[in-house]
Amino acid sequence: MTPRGPYFFHFGASHQTTPLAHREKLALPPERAAELHARLVAAGVLHEVALVNTCNRVEFYAVAANAGALAHLELAFCELQRIAPADFAAFRQHTAGPDAIRHLIAVASGLESQLLGENEIFGQVKVAYEAAQASGTTGPVLNRVFQKAFQAAKHIRTHTAISEGQVSTANVAVELAITIFGDLSKARVLLLGAGEVGEKTAKAFQSRGAAALTVSSRTAERAMELARTLDATALPFEHFPHRLENFDIVVSATSATTVIIEPDIVSAAMRKRRARPLFFIDLALPRDIAAGVADLENVFLYNLDDLAKIAAQNLAARESEAARARLIIAEKADTLWQQLLMRHR
Amino acid sequence: MPPLTDKTWLWLAAACYLAGVVVGTIALWRERRHSRALMYAIVAAGYTFQTFGLYLRGLEVKGCPLGNTFELFQFTAWSAATLYLVIGSAFRLSLLGYFTSLLSSALTLTALAVPAWDATRRIGIFGGNAWIEFHAALALFSYGVFGLLALTSILYLLRHYSLKHKRIGGAFAFLPYIRDLDQIGYRLITAGVAILTISLAVGSVHWLRDVSSVASFKLVATVCILIAYSCALALRAAGRLVGKRFSVVCALLYLAALLSLWPINSSRPAAVTAPLPADSTEPVS
Repeated sequence: MTPRGPYFFHFGASHQTTPLAHREKLALPPERAAELHARLVAAGVLHEVALVNTCNRVEFYAVAANAGALAHLELAFCELQRIAPADFAAFRQHTAGPDAIRHLIAVASGLESQLLGENEIFGQVKVAYEAAQASGTTGPVLNRVFQKAFQAAKHIRTHTAISEGQVSTANVAVELAITIFGDLSKARVLLLGAGEVGEKTAKAFQSRGAAALTVSSRTAERAMELARTLDATALPFEHFPHRLENFDIVVSATSATTVIIEPDIVSAAMRKRRARPLFFIDLALPRDIAAGVADLENVFLYNLDDLAKIAAQNLAARESEAARARLIIAEKADTLWQQLLMRHR
Repeated sequence: MPPLTDKTWLWLAAACYLAGVVVGTIALWRERRHSRALMYAIVAAGYTFQTFGLYLRGLEVKGCPLGNTFELFQFTAWSAATLYLVIGSAFRLSLLGYFTSLLSSALTLTALAVPAWDATRRIGIFGGNAWIEFHAALALFSYGVFGLLALTSILYLLRHYSLKHKRIGGAFAFLPYIRDLDQIGYRLITAGVAILTISLAVGSVHWLRDVSSVASFKLVATVCILIAYSCALALRAAGRLVGKRFSVVCALLYLAALLSLWPINSSRPAAVTAPLPADSTEPVS
């Protein structure tokens, strides 16, 4: 921190230092965040302040007259959250000056996220900034820092592959389906099994605009219940082999101990589908779909290992981009810090 | 400065297509997506130069420039570029621009590199008969359509390989969606067969009037090509020839179609070497 500059700092805790059980205690509900905010502003400790409050991080970005404000903020936060300052010290993260700018850009770019390169955090930081702006707690420093951080984060996402490729099994499955069908708005999805894994994948397909979802499970009640939850249709389990030709994507995640989809069933369905491809995602262990299904023309079969391998490759690719992204961040943060110093003189 | 000749424009076109190949290859090598707009602009520039070059050649030979192997290759490349400029923007197919550049640069550069193919220029080969000119131009245009079909078939086979072998990353990530490729392939073969059928229908009217005007090899080869593509189309429509097998057939058929061009051209009656008097004509091909 250069003594000449404004005392711009970041302070808080995130998933990188804080286990889930403690993060639950640190989480700030909106009303308590507002209370803390009001208290700090009333005390005149901080000139400017913004709070980034997500499930993985609670972070303050603030401008103060001097470094003493940090201790004040920490104390107020611990008091409000009913945590002993000594306990909090084990998880606490703090940076100041250009390092704080670097941290903010890295957060907005998804570099500090639990799922490296994820996009959601950008919107969350933006919401946090807008909330601070609305409550009148931002000023010339925070306005400039946040706006430049957003620009830098966009630049990083555009010019590096930090966000490319899906890294969760469900999203990899959806991405593969898009590779086959392009637009999913005409794709009909059949979910076999009403367990959590299948549900998660089905939700991922729905979120990407799949035309229709049908649920089929050996336990009819569970299938109907899940169909209600997902706004889908239920299909009796014994009927699905004869209706296979009506679906473009089959997600199978049953707890069956033997194979439930044999090549001859699929072969019969493919004859009726003519040129339309059929995509099978086998998320079950032991596998639900016979390996021989993959040999059929126009049929594509991916199992858990295949999806995990692709997710791992994508993650490795993102990690290799992280170093490049950090170089860009360092350059942008240093330039911005110099600009702030010039203005402060 | 002397006026630019048709060959100069055609060299410029070839250079543009080659630039497209270089841009696409570098992007693939670096595992980056090339700018579709840039590729489109490069092919459009090549297309413009080639159109102008062929126009000048057309003025020189007093008709559609389809009189020798050089002109046939140029016209086929031009047809493929025309279709890419229409389809490429409508379907937003990544890599299709790259493959079109590859095909067009291969055809134009090969044609330019073999001077013997352009040693004789037939002037007024259509004898002022606009219908025969229309027949020939349509036939060659259908070859351009089939060329693009072969390209989309190769893209399909690559995508099919990537999906079956679970190789999704790297250069495979830039391939188009397999269903799009299948649908475009179906539309292209339909269009190609329709255009070639119209072309042969127009040509047959003249042939019936003078059976000796068309060499038997040319007749047999062209009809065989039409029958083969028509069979592939019929089987595709019936769902009997789909996916990988359809793409393999389309790629092989184009190879056969392309190979038939040279003997078709050679089977024409003896050529008259340019320059010729303006009123000089030779029997219609």
